[in-house]
Amino acid sequence: MSDVTIPQPTRPWQRKRREQVRSGATFVAMAILAFAVVLFTGFAGFDGWAIVLFMISAIVLFIKGRKLSKKERKNALIQLLIASAATLAFLPWLSIFASVAMKGLAGLRINFITSDMRTTVPDDEMNMGGALHAIVGSFMMVIIASIITLPLGILSGVYLTEIKGRFTFLVRFVIQSMSGVPSIVAGLFVFTTYVSATHGPTAFGGALALGILMLPTVARTSEEVLKLVPEELRSAGYALGARQWRTTLMVVLPTVRSGLTTVAVLGVARVIGETAPLLLTAGSSTALRFNPVNGPIASLPIYVFGLLQIGTEYAVNRAWTGALVLMIFVFGLFITARKIGGKDKR
Amino acid sequence: MSNTSAVLDTPEQGFAGLETRGVHAWFGNHHALSDVSLQFPARTVTGLIGPSGCGKSTFLRLLNRMHEFIPSAAMAGEVLLHGQDIYSEDVDAAAIRLKVGMVFQKPNPFPAMTIRENVVSGLKLAHIKIENEDDLVENCLSRAGLWKEVKDRLGASGGSLSGGQQQRLCIARSLAVEPEVLLMDEPCSALDPGSTLRIEETIKELAEKITVVIVTHNMQQASRVSDYCAFFLSDGGPGVLVEADQTRKMFTNPNDNRTADYVQGKFG
Repeated sequence: MSDVTIPQPTRPWQRKRREQVRSGATFVAMAILAFAVVLFTGFAGFDGWAIVLFMISAIVLFIKGRKLSKKERKNALIQLLIASAATLAFLPWLSIFASVAMKGLAGLRINFITSDMRTTVPDDEMNMGGALHAIVGSFMMVIIASIITLPLGILSGVYLTEIKGRFTFLVRFVIQSMSGVPSIVAGLFVFTTYVSATHGPTAFGGALALGILMLPTVARTSEEVLKLVPEELRSAGYALGARQWRTTLMVVLPTVRSGLTTVAVLGVARVIGETAPLLLTAGSSTALRFNPVNGPIASLPIYVFGLLQIGTEYAVNRAWTGALVLMIFVFGLFITARKIGGKDKR
Repeated sequence: MSNTSAVLDTPEQGFAGLETRGVHAWFGNHHALSDVSLQFPARTVTGLIGPSGCGKSTFLRLLNRMHEFIPSAAMAGEVLLHGQDIYSEDVDAAAIRLKVGMVFQKPNPFPAMTIRENVVSGLKLAHIKIENEDDLVENCLSRAGLWKEVKDRLGASGGSLSGGQQQRLCIARSLAVEPEVLLMDEPCSALDPGSTLRIEETIKELAEKITVVIVTHNMQQASRVSDYCAFFLSDGGPGVLVEADQTRKMFTNPNDNRTADYVQGKFG
């Protein structure tokens, strides 16, 4: 009908392709140049390369800067500083992840997650034995700890934000001091009160120790999350004739469902790598076990710790693989939490 | 003293059962509202008007015991619902709020619930059994003037609606618990003119069945929707009720000069 020609949609706010290619090429060129400098001068290693790269960037910026206006020059300088600072902060994480992945990947075979160490000695080849017992043990303890701790922690958060009772100050004080408790002390506490009074180290004992460490994290983060619920929603609940506990249960908590999922993950991530409290409370084992209240049980951190102490080649390799598996679990946990948490956002 | 009290003379309408006698309100040491006595005629719309800070919202929140949620709040006097003081010791505040509902200035649908769940939330929150949920949802949404717009997406989140629709959803939510009185605290102040008009129509339809008390800053709105008006004013001290009468009279021939000045837009 109308003879308006529809123009091609464009994105004028984006950088031109040619510009992107050019700046990418500049960076690659600078990286290679820095590598050459490292090869032929006193600068050595990755750190030396990074320092040289930073200096070259600064020189290139200075040369380019002569063509730019004062404002553009300032902008480019600050961009370089921010990019360098971000890289600097990111490097330790990358370095840890890379070294664990490189050293652990070799042992990551199917038998590592399907068999235990019952019939394998630590010095056997990597195609024998595995960490199934440790994986199961870690999961069992973390799940038991969560079942005990999450309701308690979230209820503490509810007490601090919703009920605001007479003991608010005391509860907050106890939570803060609990988060400063060294993990070995939590282990000792459970050892003297539970483990030594029963039949020695068990998964349940380990779970209790982990729970003590998890509780302050869960309580504090759920308080923060509950604080985000707008006061108007509580008012709306009360104005409909609801009692406080109904409003909390049906309005406040569902509103922050995704936040509370993050709380759970943060709590689990806080304790899944804990070693010290498990030494006394859960012990260790080479066999796959499912009974949480009878007999010592293996866990990934203790598995890694034990094998590193043996110190022979294959044992250490196994330890690295165990560490890698632990890291993958924590990583997977965060990703799942984001997925679940993202769901109820429109 | 007596000129701050006003009793509305409504022989043909009957008495809604809600009245205040010598009500005062404080926030900490600040005396916000002084000696307000007012009756609300049944099945009418009463507009509470007055400049900012005159205590009209405070007065509104006293009528269903929402005032007490502010930590420093205090009050004196009586608020009678069917002859019983709602602030007496043996009265359950939650039960009062079931009978005297409230719609807030900012639309506040429950974000974790769907449109349908929002409508029935009051009943679920108060543990009231629902006989026929579908009928109830349709009935409440229709009375709030929202049914036609949302009937095909009752499962969508309440937060996915526009501001005006959200406010009508909040009205529908308040209606589901079948209140005798509905309090509205500037329900249109955050909305566009179209949504405002739509909500004003809703208010007029509601008044066929229930009693509405509405706080508004908008003189035109007060004259459009209300049958009675109460004018509040503060001269730096606590807010007082200057005058209350039929809206027509308040806007054409008020008894008090200050009312005349305010409704004609000379101040406020």
